[in-house]
Amino acid sequence: MIGLPTLYAFTGAVFAAYAVLSLPGRRYGNAAFWGLLALSFFAGDRIGDFGNGLLVLALVALGGTGALRRPEPSQVEDGTRHGNRLFIPALIIPATALAGTFLLKDTGLIDPRQVTLVSLGLGVVLALVALQVWLRPPALAALEEGRRLIDAVGWAAVLPQMLASLGAVFAVAGVGELVGGLTTAVIPAGSRLAAVAAYGVGMALFTMIMGNAFAAFPVMTAAIGLPVLIRGFGGDPAVVCAIGMLAGFCGTLMTPMAANFNIVPAALLELKDRNAVVKAQVGTALPLLVCNIALIYWLAFP
Amino acid sequence: MITYLPLIGILIVVVGFLLRLNPLATVAAAALATGLAAGRGLVEVVSVLGKAFNDSRYVSIVWIALPVIGLLERYGLQAQARRVIGGFRRATTGRLLILYLLFRQLTAALGLVSVAGQAQTVRPLVAPMAEGAAERDGPLDDRARERVRAMAAATDNVGLFFGEDIFIAIGSILLIVGFLDQNGIQVAPLQLSVWAIPSAVLAFLVHGARLVWLDRKLKCAPAKAGALDEQSSGLRRSTSE
Repeated sequence: MIGLPTLYAFTGAVFAAYAVLSLPGRRYGNAAFWGLLALSFFAGDRIGDFGNGLLVLALVALGGTGALRRPEPSQVEDGTRHGNRLFIPALIIPATALAGTFLLKDTGLIDPRQVTLVSLGLGVVLALVALQVWLRPPALAALEEGRRLIDAVGWAAVLPQMLASLGAVFAVAGVGELVGGLTTAVIPAGSRLAAVAAYGVGMALFTMIMGNAFAAFPVMTAAIGLPVLIRGFGGDPAVVCAIGMLAGFCGTLMTPMAANFNIVPAALLELKDRNAVVKAQVGTALPLLVCNIALIYWLAFP
Repeated sequence: MITYLPLIGILIVVVGFLLRLNPLATVAAAALATGLAAGRGLVEVVSVLGKAFNDSRYVSIVWIALPVIGLLERYGLQAQARRVIGGFRRATTGRLLILYLLFRQLTAALGLVSVAGQAQTVRPLVAPMAEGAAERDGPLDDRARERVRAMAAATDNVGLFFGEDIFIAIGSILLIVGFLDQNGIQVAPLQLSVWAIPSAVLAFLVHGARLVWLDRKLKCAPAKAGALDEQSSGLRRSTSE
């Protein structure tokens, strides 16, 4: 059965290729960085928690000291030679992810919990084969171009995993309980609107700190949502929680801590300002936060 | 007496991002400081870091798509995407992104979150198309190009976030069901996901209105043709940090 282990081995092989292809240009910092990531995908389950921790510190040392170099400019065609047929292989990855999710779930060939990720991997393989057959590029061209793109992303490629690790340390240290306690202390008693607003704003703010609404939800709901809104004012738990989570998502739009959504795209799109995506989202997130607070206020208390 | 010392990590993160220090180093420093402040040993903190890093490897799987996207770009996919959209007279940046927003919300609501994404669709297709539509009235200046690209990325995020919670088997819905269950309240996933619909509609209206506004601003701002050459070479160099 194909599941995460197979996918991790494939991902490790791709990163190993990025590392090896960094060597001819004497880009040793990049080679070491992608090589360590390849090691993490190949052997992460065998080197122990402390071993993984040392690996993380080594990645930080390389990425934090500027050891990674920017990619050299690439030779790009203007697209007239192949025209609109170029869109066909571009759509293979989304199409395979779509079809695979529906068709492969119950075949027994694929771990049903990982069917979308495996379908994504399958789409990559199919697209690579199709491109190789159709365009006949030089043997290493695809990996060479992939390395150039991953070098453009640079250290931001591992930032989402680093932030997940920070969240784990926060959990061990009890940061959530501390923040929850502080929040309970500051909300005014008696006003339903003030309590709803405190819950919505608290969800957004704590999500901005943690970079993830999933981490903020249990803390804020235990501190305000459950005791004050649901038990105190008799609010509908389904409305309070469902829309409260979405208030948290407004926070996700406004924080660099949600790196895979906000910082990685800035790197992928080669933006000068790495916070440009966050800035573009604030204008949507703030009015939407107000909307979500109003929705809880009107819908949760019939 | 409760000690608030572990909150030092939050302080480090906020200061680090405000001073634009390297985020990787900032986050590592915050994690080590928080763990130590909570009275944990260095080895234990490093182990917690390592375990969580290892457990969250699945978020980095998306980077295997880069060889496909890179190869397609080498044969001119982005240029072709720009040219095609430039041929549709009625396609503006705002309208194109509104259509993509709707597509992203609807597919995410069906649970199809990996069908699109920043690496799979925004970089190779959506961003160049949005630029192509904006360029029909003349070349884009430096700031306008950044703005269009950032809005393309933002549209993907808004569509994903305010679509996926309508799907009953998504992680956040299951988290809420589990949390309420632990506190003695039973709700069905469907009860939760219907309450995500009003916010999804409002998200479409708010972000859609901003995209219409973006169109108007792009039309008003006279493009500075001279800035273009300087800018396209500048983009390659300037993102290193």
